[in-house]
Amino acid sequence: MLFDQAIGPETYAAIRFGYGLPARHIPVEPEAMLRQLTRPDRTAAGFPKMTFAESIALGRDYLAARQDQRAKMDGADEREKALKREIQVSLDFGLAADLARIVETEDPFRERLVHFWKNHFAIAPTARPAVAMSGIYSDHAIRPRVAGRFGDLLAAAVTHPAMLIYLDQVVSVGPNSAVGKKRGRGLNENLAREVLELHTLGVGAAYGQTDVRQFAELLTGLSFNIRKDDAVAFRSEYAEPGAEKVLGERYGGRGRARLEHIREALDDLAVHPATARHLSHKLAAHFVADTPDPALVAAMEAAWLDSGGDLSAVYGTMLRHPAAWHGFGAKVKLPMEFMGSALRALGARGADLVSLPRGKLKKQFRDQLRAMGQDPIRPPGPDGYADAETAWVQPFGLAQRISWAMAAAARRKDQDAEPDRFARRALGDAASPRLVKAVSAAETRAEGVGLVLASAEFNRR
Amino acid sequence: MATGAISRRGLLRGGLGVACSAAAHPWLSTMTMAATPGDARLVVIVLRGAMDGLGILPPVSDRLFADYRPKLAKSAGNALPLDGYFALNETMAPLMPLWEAGELGFVQAVSTPYRDKRSHFDGQDLLEAGTGMDVVLAAQRDGWLNRMLQAMPGITAKTAFAVGRDEMKILSGDAPALQWSPDADVTLSPQAQLLLEHIYAPDPLFSEAAGEALGLAAEIDREALSPLSTGPRQEPMAAFAAARLLQETRIVSYSLSGWDTHRAQDGALSRALNLLQRSILTLKEGLGPVWGKTAVLAMTEFGRTVAENGSGGTDHGTGGAMLLAGGALRGGRVYGDWPGLAEADLYARRDLMPTADVRAYAAWVMRGLYGMDRGLLEGSVFPGLDLGADPGLLA
Repeated sequence: MLFDQAIGPETYAAIRFGYGLPARHIPVEPEAMLRQLTRPDRTAAGFPKMTFAESIALGRDYLAARQDQRAKMDGADEREKALKREIQVSLDFGLAADLARIVETEDPFRERLVHFWKNHFAIAPTARPAVAMSGIYSDHAIRPRVAGRFGDLLAAAVTHPAMLIYLDQVVSVGPNSAVGKKRGRGLNENLAREVLELHTLGVGAAYGQTDVRQFAELLTGLSFNIRKDDAVAFRSEYAEPGAEKVLGERYGGRGRARLEHIREALDDLAVHPATARHLSHKLAAHFVADTPDPALVAAMEAAWLDSGGDLSAVYGTMLRHPAAWHGFGAKVKLPMEFMGSALRALGARGADLVSLPRGKLKKQFRDQLRAMGQDPIRPPGPDGYADAETAWVQPFGLAQRISWAMAAAARRKDQDAEPDRFARRALGDAASPRLVKAVSAAETRAEGVGLVLASAEFNRR
Repeated sequence: MATGAISRRGLLRGGLGVACSAAAHPWLSTMTMAATPGDARLVVIVLRGAMDGLGILPPVSDRLFADYRPKLAKSAGNALPLDGYFALNETMAPLMPLWEAGELGFVQAVSTPYRDKRSHFDGQDLLEAGTGMDVVLAAQRDGWLNRMLQAMPGITAKTAFAVGRDEMKILSGDAPALQWSPDADVTLSPQAQLLLEHIYAPDPLFSEAAGEALGLAAEIDREALSPLSTGPRQEPMAAFAAARLLQETRIVSYSLSGWDTHRAQDGALSRALNLLQRSILTLKEGLGPVWGKTAVLAMTEFGRTVAENGSGGTDHGTGGAMLLAGGALRGGRVYGDWPGLAEADLYARRDLMPTADVRAYAAWVMRGLYGMDRGLLEGSVFPGLDLGADPGLLA
């Protein structure tokens, strides 16, 4: 057994529900952890990214340059290239800001929730204006809503312009709408299907192709044109007329199609029993164990339904459940969690991370995360990254973690710290005597520290 | 009957390699779970960036070719005649002995079902997903090589390997597949390695993965790349792949990049082709006698424009070429229906018209190598594909 010693709640709170030690003011009481979610988000404010409006402006500038380039205007080639680069720089900077936030945050549980929900509503667009938006999508749509009603989070993510572009909602037209009839355009089911399959009910739930089709019809009108719109728009001339029936409920049909009808459907999906079950399980599987205690999931599911999808109530139920404070190490950290917690343990500073030159940022962080299997900028698809340990503890991915751990330890400024002290500082009572003894036997301090970071103890939570 | 057929099939495959065509036994085709990894080796190389099918295999006897490519056709004049119609790009000359031995072939004018948007990302996603355009790209959850593995009983974690650092969506999915890159650097001091093994000992998951990783890394040191018979050094990914294929592994996929030849194509294409020919020779020489049981497929996301552009290159197109190599295949010929180059015969009046689905050729190879059931290939490995008539790709 890896952990046969007693492990206290401070360690659980910091490592299982946060980004590890050292922790300055991390509470261990569930109520205090929940209160942290409601206080002002100083972490994001400390390391800001572009605003949404700036990302749209960047996307528009890019499109304009590309248009000029196609018209073979003087200097357009250079401008297009410069803007392409600017978009890439903004994404790279977003990664630096994410790492800085992880390292500096005093509300690590919120940070973990942001990454969880960002992955749940994953986007990986290829159209460049949407790529520009993808860097701040999480700050704009997800971050402010991780502790509120799931219905609000769902609506913000699903109707976000970057999501509408990524999942083709912007080209979906009601076949009997004004535009559909005039131009012979039709439905695109992509977003409708993913909302049901991934974002809400889950793939095993009781819905059928008719529900997907009807929901896709209901979503028509939801639109975003970067040339004209500053936010998500509703264009009734694209909307399929008449009512739609999704999972037995009727939406719209009286008068003109409106955005509110879509909101109603999303609100109903947010509190559907299948959604409560799917997402309670996903949360418990992410935070506690790949195969979570069914009693924990059932309690969270009940809290979900009783509270009308109040996420704080669901988190509270999880945090108050004994299973959440049991079986330390059942989960393997995702690469971003591993890297973030390692940087935290090494005493990295957020200000240094955000001022790293791009080349170093890429070499030390982005390329390494990709090699570990978690490209921080482009997830594999709308289903996001895998969460179970078997996806992450593979020879190649683990080799990358080991190599990165050794290199990061060698780069560390404070080369005087003894590996055994480092192990206790980074792992608290999760540092087993066996590990402490082994790292003390390393040939150099840097190697000893690297071994702590590479250890299974450090890679689990 | 069912069980008997499976074990009989296994014996046939295991003992006789691919000498016995599954198509000759119609009763076998009713078995959907009959395929096993057996003895045959399959290597799928993804050529990322859109290989110019008319550059690797110029249709030198097509009178229109030189009109479309006044500059590029000149260098195509040095290409090596193959079948009287197509010639082989001169950079591929070291592979001519394979062509003559029937161990190298091509399929011309093929493509995936991807059309019109000509985006590398989307094109590669569709190539690796192996579906039609009816399944939206973002809904793809696994790759076709993985779905083939899912239908194979008796596979182990080492049956399939994704080689290199690129994400290989073609192999991602529920069936196990290992990934390793021969350039992975896990240099630990001997003491650190001992300590790490000790630290991981109580955790079987970490312990096994690390053991595997350190073993592979050490093996690569031992397998220091030797020169090929043609002179240059071995291509590292193929060398690593060959070493795996000589052991438990049966299926390997890796990618070679550098095909996006928008300008100065002669030089750029030659660099990419040089890597490809070295990769194939490395496989052949590394595999030794096992080359006879091996099929190599090199596929790309789409072809390039028939006409050269203003900067001595070509732009994103549609129909392209696929390369076949290995002793298990019947090479020495160019498969496929040539659509011609008259403007009306082109796709969108600019690209080579694809006359067949590239997936069908891959499917026939899988059927020949592993006895995959036709319904399985058309239903789940390549959903919605019509295999069509057997092109007879197996030796």
